[in-house]
Amino acid sequence: MPLDHPQDLTIKDFKIVGQRPLRPDGIDKVTGRARFGADMNAPGMLVGRVLRSPHAHARIKSIDSAKAEALPGVKAVVTGADFGAVKDGLDDGMLDVLVNCMAQDKALYDGHAVAAVAAISQTVARQALKLIEVDYEVLPHVLDVDAAMQPDAPVLHEEAADESVPAGFSKNVVRRYEFGHGDVAKGFAEADRIVERRFKTEAAHQGYIEPHACLAAMGPDGQAELWVCTQGHYMVRNTCAALLGMDASQLRVTASEIGGGFGGKTTVFIEPLALALSRKAGRPVKMTMSREEVFRATGPTSSSSIDVKIGMTREGRITAASGELRYQGGAFPGSPVEFGAMSAFAAYDVENVKTVGWDVVANRPKQAAYRAPGAPMAAYAVESVIDELCKQFDLDPLSVRLKNAAVEGTTSSFGVTYGKIGLSATLEAARAHPHYSAALGPNQGRGLACGFWFNFGGETCVSLNVNADGTVGLSVGTPDIGGSRASMCQMAAEELGIAYDKVRTVVADTASLGYNDVTDGSRVTFASGLATIQAARDAIRKLCGRAARMWGIDEDAVIWEEGYAKPAGGNAGSFEPLSLAEIAAVSARTGGPIAGHTEVNADGAGQSFATHLVDSEVDPETGKVKILRYTVFQDAGKAIHPSYVEGQFQGGAVQGIGWALNEEYIYGEDGRLQNPGFLDYRVPVASDLPMIDTVIVEVPNPGHPYGVRGVGETSIVPPLAAIANSVSAAAAVRMTHLPMSPPRIRKAIEEAAGR
Amino acid sequence: MSQIHVSTKINGDATEYLCEPEETLLDVLRDRLGMTGSKEGCGTGDCGACSVTLDGRLVCACLVLGAEAQDREVGTVEGIAEGDSLHPLQKKFLEHAALQCGVCTPGFLVAAKSLLERNSDPSEEEVRYWLAGNLCRCTGYDKIVRAVLDTAKEMRSA
Ligand code: FES
Ligand code: FES
Repeated sequence: MPLDHPQDLTIKDFKIVGQRPLRPDGIDKVTGRARFGADMNAPGMLVGRVLRSPHAHARIKSIDSAKAEALPGVKAVVTGADFGAVKDGLDDGMLDVLVNCMAQDKALYDGHAVAAVAAISQTVARQALKLIEVDYEVLPHVLDVDAAMQPDAPVLHEEAADESVPAGFSKNVVRRYEFGHGDVAKGFAEADRIVERRFKTEAAHQGYIEPHACLAAMGPDGQAELWVCTQGHYMVRNTCAALLGMDASQLRVTASEIGGGFGGKTTVFIEPLALALSRKAGRPVKMTMSREEVFRATGPTSSSSIDVKIGMTREGRITAASGELRYQGGAFPGSPVEFGAMSAFAAYDVENVKTVGWDVVANRPKQAAYRAPGAPMAAYAVESVIDELCKQFDLDPLSVRLKNAAVEGTTSSFGVTYGKIGLSATLEAARAHPHYSAALGPNQGRGLACGFWFNFGGETCVSLNVNADGTVGLSVGTPDIGGSRASMCQMAAEELGIAYDKVRTVVADTASLGYNDVTDGSRVTFASGLATIQAARDAIRKLCGRAARMWGIDEDAVIWEEGYAKPAGGNAGSFEPLSLAEIAAVSARTGGPIAGHTEVNADGAGQSFATHLVDSEVDPETGKVKILRYTVFQDAGKAIHPSYVEGQFQGGAVQGIGWALNEEYIYGEDGRLQNPGFLDYRVPVASDLPMIDTVIVEVPNPGHPYGVRGVGETSIVPPLAAIANSVSAAAAVRMTHLPMSPPRIRKAIEEAAGR
Repeated sequence: MSQIHVSTKINGDATEYLCEPEETLLDVLRDRLGMTGSKEGCGTGDCGACSVTLDGRLVCACLVLGAEAQDREVGTVEGIAEGDSLHPLQKKFLEHAALQCGVCTPGFLVAAKSLLERNSDPSEEEVRYWLAGNLCRCTGYDKIVRAVLDTAKEMRSA
């Protein structure tokens, strides 16, 4: 998208951008007033609950809900049959969403929804679930990605694979992807040494603290309202409208405050069920998931099995690299293996490179996006092998990465040629940091790793209203998951030349503003920010027009500078500059309300890179790891609100620490999830961690007027690798299976000693 | 099943309600009294999003029965500010950007306040261990710990 005002990187004297003002939604959030998904009620509201399959794989022979329906206080029951009418009209992707929300002929994982009830209270709803009789024929199941690829593995879907999969594979292998360039055989022949290894990572959940929640109300006229915690309320509207056979215009979705998402709230689970129940019962229905339901039926990311082979010269030049990535994405096609295969070697300038990705289904919940989906596990495998080669050649791991780093003009392993990027700058920043040369004690190790993420722009729509009192109302359509309203206020105020607190940003509902893509791909500060700046410039054009009218001169003879309309030079005449407030105050007499708008499909998001540095200590007796020191170096392009940029760096790093050391989905032989709670699925707590130091590197993104790059996702790409390299150094054994829980570390140490 | 009548004090106000015998204090606060500041992240005592005080002691409201509040004093996030003047912790959380999504924030504030009432000069390690029962998935805790330490410092010099 060509910007009508090309980026002016000479603007270095930002007044508001780059400052750390208090967030506009802050007071509500520290006083308990902010309303999240579960905090909304409606008169006559019913409570909805879901009955879930206790089996990992089972044919549903019949469902008898007569007893539940007869229970006093039960107002509606829905099952797969209630969605029968719309099923045929859905495309494959939408059909999978439906079948994931409500099983049709088979239950595909432990926790798969098979029926839902609406009742006058939680107690009655729970009783009703017990009265629903489901006749299951239990089928054999498969959970592990490598096992699911075996030709004799139990099959989930007869026809989910597409033409990309060669003949002879299990039907659970549903897609094959390939990327790369050059001649890897030739490249490996040029190497002084080649290391090839297999790695495994387990499924981790996004772990947002707020469980999914919504409140649906549909009237007999078919008009519906939905209040929901989501990363994308337009996505919710379009999906629910399709699954319920309604017009999108009849469904107004309002995004609540959202208590974390990290990608996990970019799809629907209970929302279509709440609407279906409300339609049947004729009353509003509120649904909230329990934490157990969140673990069993939403989220996690893929588990993976990855082979990586890298050839290097003794000077540290990578001559060839190849990878084979196998991700299970749960019971439906769509694991992020494509992103994994694209991103695996994206940080490096490699002449001969090839990756193959296999998308595999297994009897687990349908994976949902998790922060840089697919990239962290690929980076773990690649950065571990690079680390090993550095050790074998006794080369400095930072220098080797710098030598091979992708720079402007590098053709990436996935085909794109990079513009201005900041990987080398993050490596240089790491080298200059005292952390890099600090001393280590016994049983301690230092790990370094780089990470890459694509970043995304996407469809965005923004409205900026100039009020008669000189304040500004900004409507965006991207839910605020980490302080983005503050950044939007900053960018609007910067452009308009007014004070930060004169701008109020709200997340508009789906009826009030045009379509916006989901808050994902680290896109909000980039795309909604770009749209905000353009909407402000649109408003400025109009403000200049009004000033021209007030002065009785030509519109072209007015310019906007530092928050004032001014005559453009002596020929335009001599008038006192007019502020936004002065022009707005008389807008009724100069043509009516003043507003700026942007509708854009933004590209130019600008790739993002990071380098992470971590020190850990391993207790050789217990296998326990302590993270001693952690520093994140990441390119933000331009940090609009540095505190929230640091927060993204820190949050991503700590989620990575959890994934690397503790977090995993543990299943029993019966295919049931054994740790669906925060007690047994242990995310990092404050006492597990040191401070997380951050260094914001700013290599401006030419695709954004202020140089912004998204920062939300890249921060989870390097941690698995950096921590694995650190722990491998501390334990003196290469760790090839995540999470590096104490038993796995003990086993690796014992095996190494036994050799 | 008959409901239980409870007389209690919430944030200093005398309050009465009816609740089911199995209903938690968290459900009473949220669903019966409209005090939705306390959040349910797990319902099993593992996340701290529902942290409140009961006679000054820090508890998980999801692990306390509504009926147990009889003749006790309950403190919630809604009671931390005095009128429109924020508690120093609330101010410091905002200044330090110690919240991203903010769903964990009520629990952290209640827990941190309870720490500072017992220990006006906690070390970083003491803060980290005291807050270990409160999960935050967004921030990595760094800014939360800093906000609490900074509040303690400011309150000591006040
Ligand atoms: S909701 Fe009470 S501890 Fe999680
Ligand atoms: S700020 Fe989101 S969980 Fe703490």
